[in-house]
Order: sequence, then C-alpha cells, then structure tokens
Amino acid sequence: MSIQVQNVSKRFGSFQALSDISIDIESGELIALLGPSGSGKTTLLRILAGLEGLDEGAILFDGENITGVSPKERKIGFVFQHYALFRHMTVFDNVAYGLKVRPRKERPSKAEIAKKVNELLSLVKLDNLADRYPSQLSGGQRQRVALARALAVEPKVLLLDEPFGALDAKVRKELRRWLRKLHNEFHVTSIFVTHDQEEALDVANRIIVMNNGKIEQIGTPDEVYENPKSPFVYDFLGNVNLFRGRLHNGKLTQGQFEIDVPTYLDSHEEAVGYVRPHDIHIEKVQTSNDTVAATIVHIHLLGPVVQIELKRDDIDEYLEAEVTKEHFNQLGIKKGDIVYIRPKQLKVFIPEDFSI
Amino acid sequence: MELTLKKRNKKTIIPGFSLTLGYTMLYLSIIVILPLSMIFFNTFSMSWSEFYETISHPRAVASYKLTLGTSLGAGLINVVFGTIIAWVLIRYEFPGKKIVDGLVDLPFALPTAVAGIALATLYSPNGWVGQFFDFKIAYSPLGIIIALTFIGLPFVVRTVQPVLQNLSSEVEEASASLGANRIQTFTKVIFPELLPAMITGFSLAFARSLGEYGSIVFIAGNIPMKTEITPLIIMTKLEQYDYVGATAIATVMLIGSFLFLFIINIIQWVTNRKFNQH
Repeated sequence: MSIQVQNVSKRFGSFQALSDISIDIESGELIALLGPSGSGKTTLLRILAGLEGLDEGAILFDGENITGVSPKERKIGFVFQHYALFRHMTVFDNVAYGLKVRPRKERPSKAEIAKKVNELLSLVKLDNLADRYPSQLSGGQRQRVALARALAVEPKVLLLDEPFGALDAKVRKELRRWLRKLHNEFHVTSIFVTHDQEEALDVANRIIVMNNGKIEQIGTPDEVYENPKSPFVYDFLGNVNLFRGRLHNGKLTQGQFEIDVPTYLDSHEEAVGYVRPHDIHIEKVQTSNDTVAATIVHIHLLGPVVQIELKRDDIDEYLEAEVTKEHFNQLGIKKGDIVYIRPKQLKVFIPEDFSI
Repeated sequence: MELTLKKRNKKTIIPGFSLTLGYTMLYLSIIVILPLSMIFFNTFSMSWSEFYETISHPRAVASYKLTLGTSLGAGLINVVFGTIIAWVLIRYEFPGKKIVDGLVDLPFALPTAVAGIALATLYSPNGWVGQFFDFKIAYSPLGIIIALTFIGLPFVVRTVQPVLQNLSSEVEEASASLGANRIQTFTKVIFPELLPAMITGFSLAFARSLGEYGSIVFIAGNIPMKTEITPLIIMTKLEQYDYVGATAIATVMLIGSFLFLFIINIIQWVTNRKFNQH
C-alpha cells in the first residue's frame, strides 16, 4: 500500500513536534525514520498508525484519505519498542488476538486461527514456545512474538517503533537481518523508527532523516551517507571532523592552513568543512604544504580498520581518522608521533544557510 | 572444598537476616499469635456440648449469615465502584481531582462510630435520604451493607490504583491497532490485568467488614435474628460477663475468617500465577 503524508503538523502544547511534513512512500518500500530523540519520528509513526491525532495536513493510504480513521480500521501492524505484549496471555493467544477480536462474520474458525498462528510462530522460530507466557521469554523472543502478532492481522502497512532499541547488540543485528528477509518475502510496506544510523543504513531501502520536527533529507542509504544535504545529516550519519574557517577564492582558510575547495567559489567569513574520518589522509613526512601537523593521541587497533585520534598542533582541536590496517602498518606510526594530515574529500556548508 | 563453598553460597549478601527474622517472629507472636491463642485457650474451658450449644444457637447462626452476607455484598459493591473510582482518578484530569483522591481515604480516618451515627441519621425512615424510600434502609440488612460499603471503599480503590497506574497505555494501543474495539480492549486486556488487584481489594474490604462493629451497631437496629451481627453478639455476651461464651463465638469467627481469606488467597494465587512465572 502506498502512503502519502501531506503537510502534516503536530503540536504538543508549546512544543512543535512536527512542522509541515510531506512524504511519498511507494508500496512495498522499507523505510527508516532516522533522527535523534525529540526529532518527531515516533510522533510521525504514531500519526500514521492513528494512535495520535494531527493538527494540520492529511494522511493518504492508497490515495484514500484516512486522516480521521481509527487505528482499528487502518489495517496496520504496529510493533512497540517495549513489545506491549499481553502479559496474561500465552504466546499463542497473543498472536491469535488480532484474529479473535474480529467481528463474528469475518472471524476465521478456531482451526484456521490455530493454523495461521502456528505458521507465524514457525516463521519467527517460536513454535515450541507457544504455551509460554511473555514473562518467560527473552527480549528478542518477546519482540518476535510482537512481530508475529502484528503480522497475524495481515496488515497492509507494518509500523515499527524502535523495534530493536531495547535489545542487546547481537540480538539486534540478528533481528535486523531477519526483518529485511521478512520484508523481501512479504513485500508489505514497512516503516521503522530508529535513532541508530547503522541500523537505518543496514536495513532500509530509503531513509528519512528527521530533526526538530522537520525532514532533513530523504534518500537511499547510499545517497544520504555519501551526499548529505545538510550539516545535520553529515553529523548524524557517521563520524565527522570539522574544519571551521573562511571561504575565499576556492580556498578554505583556517589560520595558516589552507584547503583547496575548487567547487566553492563564493566568499564567506564563516564556513565549515566536513570530512569523514576515512577521508583524512595521513603521512609521516610532509610532502606538500597543504597538510597540517597533528599529534597522535590514541590508536584503536581493532579489526581491519584502525581508528586514530589526533590533536592538531596549530589549534586546540581533535580529529578522528580511519585507515586500513595495511596502510597503518606501512605508515609505521605510534602514539605520540607527529604526522601530517590532509582532507582528501571535504564538503563545505555555510552556517548561515543552515541555522541550527 | 565443595562443602565450604556450599556454606558460603547459603549466606545472602543482604545483611541482618537472622536479626530481622527474629524480630519479625517475636513481634508477630506478641501482636498477633498471643492474643489469638487466648481465644482458643479461653474456649477450651468449655465442654464440647456447651461449645456446640453456644455456637449453634439460632441467634448466633442468624448473625453468622447476616455478617457473612452483608460483608460479601458490600465487598462486591466496592469492587465494582471502587474500580470505577480508581479508573477515574488515574485516567482523567479534572479540577478537584486531589480532593476526590483525598476523600477516598476518609473512611479510614473517620472513627467508625461517627460514620455509623451519620449514616443512621441519613437513612433512618425520617432521615434526609430515608424519607424518600417506602422500605426501611437503616435498621435493616440494607443499612448494614451501606455502612460496610462506606468503610470498605478505600481498600479496593487503593489496591487497584497503582496497578492501573502501571498499566502501560501501549498494550491498549496494541489492542486497538490489532483491530479490537474498546469493549474488547477492556474485557480482554485491561480487566485481566486488574483482576488480581481487584481480588486483593475485595479480600481486604471483606475481611474488614467481617470484624466491623462500630459503624454497624448504630445503623443496624440490632434486632435479634434480623439485624444482629456476630461482633455484637460477642459484645452482648461480654456485657453479661459470659466471657467463655463470647470467646466461643469469637473462635467461630476467627476460623471462619481464616478459611475465607485462605480461599481468596488460593483464587488470587491462581489468577496471579501467569504474571509471575519466570
């Protein structure tokens, strides 16, 4: 089912939770709503589910305006961060709930319900735990029950509110992969809320980055990571180093240090260059004058990527660089060494354009 | 080695176990067990036939039925309306909420005799409320139920309130998103969660009602065989210096109360089981 969000605004008292949000979601997409806490992503999800009203705007499912429709008639599946399982019901009864509460005419027979529930339980690999109560399950198992329960009503849209937020790292990764697989099999339009950029980049087809109740950027994981449209997106998706300076004649000047930025020709007194850690070039001996000296403060040697923390010698600022282990071994650097760094790739934002 | 390890494992990290347990046992012995055992002790000075005659006297039997029946009735009324009050106090915001919340505790604080006199005045055949009814309210079992409802109200409200407070709105939202209507959400999701607390509240109110004396004697009229409650029979016997007879009736009440609380506890254990399995 396709979803259109049209100019939606929502206030909670004096707090503007969402301001003028418009999104088009095509049928079968797997969308991540990514943002820090308070960015309005959960509010938007709850408005889509009908659990929260909206002040302005409209929600369309398949072109049909459902703004005033109650959650029970929206044909959605909602998965809560803290599972919201019914404590007094067994796993089986939890999953069967959505089918059992249907009006008599639409309700499947007992045997059909049992068949369907068992199918879903084997899908989430919990068939042997059907008679347990939620309190007897682990967090990951509970969340799988919650997913099975949401899927039992054959929703046209699956909405997940930080579904893996309360789980430990390993289970989270496993469920992430599992959610993507599930989506590939069922093609149900799914939207999940997360504040974990890795999760969003890993699972979603498309990411909607939100901040302060507004949309910062919509795009594929590749687009938002490689081509952030705003300093916020740059900052939120992955680590970043800042070079604050003056922009003039295609050069970003920071004290004695100059970086060539040929694509930015206009002049600004204040400009910030954003550089990803893996875009910082390190050399042991100064070969050109577009590098700046820095001292190595700390080295994280873990896995194939080596993270190096550096302190600029000219100004009191810290930098983070990432190099491959191979390159690191070639460099032969150690803690306390003075090295010369140069940003290989840098994106300049003018703070005035993005008043944060 | 293994033995010493085992011994060490038995020790809990929390200090003062033996001290606090000893204190608890001593305290309970002095405050609860000693007085209660005096009842049995006194009763034992009777022969079996005397004992049986005293406790099976028609007046006594009628009083058992009355006490039990009115306590059950009042308990049930309180479960329904106490839960509604708790619901309103937790779920809605309205001016004067704090005052209403405070009013609930009033029956706890009020001397029961004051409550009894007030209720008797209201509900007597020519009282403010009683005059509008063709049938007697005060001086009938109905009056006793009203008095017991009054004194038992806080128990249900105060036990259901925290449970309702902790019930996350998420489960209700989950129920709604799965297509349940409000009635289904209440009966299938909220009510089962509240049931254990309602039973606790009921058993507390019920136990309190069984032993209530002060508020009832004023409104009941104390007509033998009709509106005479068991505690009053005990009181009457004491006034006639029939201490042994009084303790005999008290024994029946004690054992009866114990059995009822025991049964309620079993019911509670069954309803609670699914929440506490780990």
